[in-house]
Amino acid sequence: MESSYKLTHLRELESESMFVLREVAAQFENPVLLFSGGKDSIVVAHLARKAFWPAKIPFPLMHIDTGHNFPETIEFRDKFMDKIGARLIVASVQDSIDQGKIVEEKGFNASRNALQITPLLDAIEEHKFDCALGGARRDEEKARAKERFFSHRDDFGQWDPKNQRPELWNLFNGKKNMGEHFRVFPISNWTEMDIWQYILLEEIEIPNLYFSHMRECFERDGVILGKTDFIETRDTEEVKPMQVRFRTIGDATCTGAVLSEASTLEDIIDEVASTRVTERGGRSDDKRSEAAMEDRKKQGYF
Amino acid sequence: MEEVVEKYDSTGYLDMELLRFTTAGSVDDGKSTLIGRLLYDSKSIFADQMEAIEAVSKRKGEEHVNLALLTDGLRAEREQGITIDVAYRYFATPKRKFIIADTPGHIQYTRNMVTGASTANMAIILVDARHGVIEQTKRHAYIASLLQIPHVVVCVNKMDLEDFGENAFEKVRKDFEDFSAKLAIKDVRFVPISALLGDNVVNRSTNMPWYEGPTLMHILENVHIGSDQNHIDARFPVQYVVRPMTTEYHDYRGYAGRVAGGIFRKGEEVAVLPSGFTSKIKSIDSMSGPVEKAFPPMSVTLTLEDDIDVSRGDMIVKVGNQPESKQEFDVMVCWMGDKPMQVGGKYALKHTSRDARCVIKDVRYKMNINTLQKIEDDNNIALNDIARITVRTTVPIFLDGYRKNRNTGSLILIDEATNNTVGAGMIV
Repeated sequence: MESSYKLTHLRELESESMFVLREVAAQFENPVLLFSGGKDSIVVAHLARKAFWPAKIPFPLMHIDTGHNFPETIEFRDKFMDKIGARLIVASVQDSIDQGKIVEEKGFNASRNALQITPLLDAIEEHKFDCALGGARRDEEKARAKERFFSHRDDFGQWDPKNQRPELWNLFNGKKNMGEHFRVFPISNWTEMDIWQYILLEEIEIPNLYFSHMRECFERDGVILGKTDFIETRDTEEVKPMQVRFRTIGDATCTGAVLSEASTLEDIIDEVASTRVTERGGRSDDKRSEAAMEDRKKQGYF
Repeated sequence: MEEVVEKYDSTGYLDMELLRFTTAGSVDDGKSTLIGRLLYDSKSIFADQMEAIEAVSKRKGEEHVNLALLTDGLRAEREQGITIDVAYRYFATPKRKFIIADTPGHIQYTRNMVTGASTANMAIILVDARHGVIEQTKRHAYIASLLQIPHVVVCVNKMDLEDFGENAFEKVRKDFEDFSAKLAIKDVRFVPISALLGDNVVNRSTNMPWYEGPTLMHILENVHIGSDQNHIDARFPVQYVVRPMTTEYHDYRGYAGRVAGGIFRKGEEVAVLPSGFTSKIKSIDSMSGPVEKAFPPMSVTLTLEDDIDVSRGDMIVKVGNQPESKQEFDVMVCWMGDKPMQVGGKYALKHTSRDARCVIKDVRYKMNINTLQKIEDDNNIALNDIARITVRTTVPIFLDGYRKNRNTGSLILIDEATNNTVGAGMIV
């Protein structure tokens, strides 16, 4: 497959990510892998399996559950954990709301997306995690383009983008003081296309939400949203069956679908190659302001 | 508005290579425009990104769509119209995938360019055709040389403002070659371009028939990067010991790491440093099955025939080709801390997977990177300074010269009070 002493771009990215995952296991005492059930975190979990094989992944996986999931996501998540034999921790947004720590947003565009910050930071504190691995990629969003592989967070979980440690060669500095933690992003250098190509190459299972299917949907501000119990529709918004698939899987209230007939991984790769809108273009959480992602990240978002 | 895009060949990705490059330029030399041009002409800018920057450009009353806005990620940067930090950009052509480390041209210049250059296969140095080789160009060339970036392309930009004349281009070439003769740049090429109009960036210029060389994109897609890694001196820093402790793999002990140099084959005799014990490679493992050989930058897991004590920070090498093991050595350091370097001070040091502490024993000289003159008797090494220093470490370091191997020749220094990375070191 590979010519003598050269790696293809996918194998080079894979090797870099495995290197980062092993650094995490070596440099931190109590890391955790954040798992959303989306394709990026599935790929990170797959890379973690490869990094430590034949041993199991030496840290737990954690799902920050907004409670507003497509049922397919949870079903997939539980099957996936069984298959890889990993320990799963679930931190729930609903619990934080019930405990009065956060207040549910109101109105038609209410979303629990930003509300994930509190249960995430609470879980990190409760379990004394010193490193949270995530599946964020630098090509996703402009604030992410400046993120490090090893991203330092202060004892309030905050990110200071103007005061980041320089990252040189592949020497990662995970030193920190008590109470501080790191966010580490092993697939920083991957693009959406790389992820899909790799899923195809490695025959990685993903939730069927990513493939074309018929679903009750409606349009809002140019974004197609799936009809669920968690989202109120206006009288003017017509709910009708559409043939769609999802490019990202997040909170069901703000994750947009695209009209698509792509029913295989090859179809999806063709579609990604010819598409003219970024995958986060369908996420209304990023449309709130020009710096929406930066603001959430500073507070401790993924 | 929708463009017709050729059908993507989903099997083609198996042959794609990865090229990492960094862009260096001074303020207003069109660096952001060049990156915007590469992204735009290779169809890597998406419609929603384009709409967003069109809207912002219009709101600010700018005449052209400001492609620089694509690369300004943080709120403060957009507000002030400056770039603060290294930003990474991605695009692909059917041949290669590219990672750009985009470094700002003004503040913290050296620190950021060194960071971007540390992982790059190639540096693009931009020169304004009207101004020629200036002090900043020399600085960029020096850093490219110091960091041993294997390939350098000097893009002579704004050729449209010089009526696409050959003289301006030839003058830059001559001046650059005169200066870089003193440096260790292995492969340098020159391309006359107009990033604004697109000449010789992706598409061939019709305005400069006198130029017979390739376009920038042609170089990016075709430059030979297969020899950028050291394939001779086998080095395997042990990152992590894999011990499944399951029934199936009860006695399994695997040494996980990324090959830092040379080629390892099953059955070969190896030595483990620092113990010096020798053994043979029993297997090179991966989840998809054992492999016959491993070479840089592969991440694999080695098992050995003999049960010897190996842990993180050790290095597996060939018996007949070992790195130097030293506790005192010289380093070219680029200082990145806000506080100046303390001569006689102690720092944490990271080299491959090995952690140590060190003391800065001496400053041999400080570099004036504009004139390439060595300044002796100046011990004040502050942010963005480059100097040759002598360090003494608490444990032996298994090192190669940086010129021989970027992986085993590099290190970082960490301030033990703040935990910040304060120095980037290249072993002399």
